[in-house]
Amino acid sequence: MTNKNAKTGVSRRSVLKGAAATAGAAIGSGAVTGFPTVWAQNIKNVTLRQFGTGVSNLNDVANKVKEDLGFTLEMTALDSDSVTQRAATQPGSFDIADIEYWICKKVWPTGNLQAMDTSKIKNYDKIVGIFKSGKLTPESTIAQGTAPHSVGFVDGPGGTRFAGSETGWMTLIPTIYNADTLGIRPDLIGRPISSWTELLNPEFKGKASILDISSIGIMDAAMVCEAMGEVKYGDKGNMTREEIDKTMAIFTEAKKSGQFRAFWKTFDESVNLMASGEVVIQSMWSPAITAVKSRGIPCVYQPLKEGYRSWGGGIGLSSNLKGIELEAAYEYINWYLSGWVGGYLMRQGYYSAVPETSKNFMSENEWGYWFEGKKATGDITSPTGDKLASAGDTRDGGSFHDRMGAVACWNAVMDENRYMVRKWNEFIAA
Amino acid sequence: MSDQTLAIETAAPAPESKPARRGLSDALSGWLLSLPLMLVLFFFLLLPIAMIVVVSFWGATEFSIYPAFQFDNYEFLLTSPVTYSVFLNTVKYAVISWACTLLIGFTIAYFLAFHVRSLVWQIALFLVCTIPFWTSNIIRMISWIPFLGRNGIANSTLIQFGVIDRPLEWLLYSDFSVILAFVHLYTLFMVVPIFNTMMRIDKSLIEAAYDNGATGFQTLTNVIIPLTKPGIMIGSIFVVTLVMGDFITVRFMSGSQKANVGRLISNDIALLQYPSACATAVILLITVLLVIAVLLRFVDIRKEL
Repeated sequence: MTNKNAKTGVSRRSVLKGAAATAGAAIGSGAVTGFPTVWAQNIKNVTLRQFGTGVSNLNDVANKVKEDLGFTLEMTALDSDSVTQRAATQPGSFDIADIEYWICKKVWPTGNLQAMDTSKIKNYDKIVGIFKSGKLTPESTIAQGTAPHSVGFVDGPGGTRFAGSETGWMTLIPTIYNADTLGIRPDLIGRPISSWTELLNPEFKGKASILDISSIGIMDAAMVCEAMGEVKYGDKGNMTREEIDKTMAIFTEAKKSGQFRAFWKTFDESVNLMASGEVVIQSMWSPAITAVKSRGIPCVYQPLKEGYRSWGGGIGLSSNLKGIELEAAYEYINWYLSGWVGGYLMRQGYYSAVPETSKNFMSENEWGYWFEGKKATGDITSPTGDKLASAGDTRDGGSFHDRMGAVACWNAVMDENRYMVRKWNEFIAA
Repeated sequence: MSDQTLAIETAAPAPESKPARRGLSDALSGWLLSLPLMLVLFFFLLLPIAMIVVVSFWGATEFSIYPAFQFDNYEFLLTSPVTYSVFLNTVKYAVISWACTLLIGFTIAYFLAFHVRSLVWQIALFLVCTIPFWTSNIIRMISWIPFLGRNGIANSTLIQFGVIDRPLEWLLYSDFSVILAFVHLYTLFMVVPIFNTMMRIDKSLIEAAYDNGATGFQTLTNVIIPLTKPGIMIGSIFVVTLVMGDFITVRFMSGSQKANVGRLISNDIALLQYPSACATAVILLITVLLVIAVLLRFVDIRKEL
């Protein structure tokens, strides 16, 4: 017995040695790949790899690019956490990053993205002021949080620090943005709702919900606490530890007293909570309201007097892009801002960075309903053909200027982000 | 293995030098035979666990992790009151789900093994038990949501029959719904091993107990339960480890309002805090191993099988 064991010991060791050698050889051979870049290729042979969140990574866009520009755009849709991770850690895996402005603030310092020369962007002058000076109209005040213009420019082609004003070198070309607020079931509430404080109104005990994505949920919570007059914030988009503690204390107390029916994390969950009547007031996203309505259930994206929590996304270029691929990317950006995509996105209820050009790709009825806040003169349908509104309906919140002019806060990433996340986890576990 | 060796030995008359040579090839072929499993376990079990332990000492920024040897993750984990309440909650789910699945699973297995007389019916009824498993467990779980909801089938039926006036709020998004889903999902893991051991109990033992004047209850506690212990243990290990490692059931059935350890880990992963997720996973692994060690103290499964 002892003899046998000793022998097997020897053979096992030799087996492992062999295995290690094989593995080593396999890894070694892996390093000998990689092909020389062929520069002489026509732009039609270019393939650009784009990734981003599901909202704007649409196959319809890729198909239209192939049709209009001739080159191939490969789309990958991910959730916002994976998007951040990929932009930060896998610079070789993409050419174009479709990310939100607050993600840009996190990712830009890694140097994985390159600044864009605004002189090459034809419709630069027509881009909405929010993304350049931060002001929608010259009289507007700039909202709190990671406002897009504050991370929209760097001081030069290789700049790693944000400039805060127009420099000619842009980090992201804005593509899509919107103003978020609370969704309500008017049939089950039966009275007007006009303030964020209603989320914690005991009248809706066991019938309220908030989204369980810490970076956005904390903002909605802050809008509520500020409206209640319980907490005064220096900047809701960049809270101090004390402000985070106070906010979470108020929400933890509400949770313990049974204010919330559930928390939601995905789009579908928010739709189901609202449609089934489990919840009558909750944080919600614009297309989710549309989804509830399309089931024939009344649902309103309620404008509130304290204003909206807003978000915006844009496309950035990988620092690996050069030569003809970089040219193709600029061509893609110019095409993006030329109106077709804008019209497509605006017919889903989002806003485009250059509304003027999008107008050419929308009917007068659609433009009036989505942008100007006018009564629809006929049926309003989504780009995929679903009916969203009938003649006589108006958009919740009204016109572009009414909605985007009333932004109180932008989605943000805080300096105390890790502390906030821990506090948020405590709130969920409480 | 030994049978095979024996067969070879009897088939060929052994020359003088053979035992030594065969000893070598025995060892070699033994190791070669176990090599595939060894490699699989090494690369897909030991290596990943080792990685998790290593990374649990690393540090993290917003978007990256960096190698280090620090106890920050454990320090934060073990000093936060949330950790303890969440572990307590996880154990609570495990204990209650275990008790319910054991009671239901044992009863079903007992019925199948001792009350159903023909083997055909036993097999048929056993297969009936597995029918729900033809769909994914996420679907089985989510289908409870419209059933238990405020305006769901359960509430509207009860109101219709005049049992209650207002919908019962605690049916959904509560500890009740979480445990209900666990029991529904995992009872079969209790039924199968218990049924299996019960089928192997010699029927003459039960007859002997009866002949000696034991009541039905005495037979149950003195004969059947002791003899089904290994099945109960295996079922318990299944249920306890599944419940303690779960995160999706708790998230969906509690409407994200309750937390267990799995959810802590999944939150950390979503926020790119891998080292902290690893530290939590290591603590969870240790807890589960301790629980299993305690369970194995009661029954020596190797001996009983």
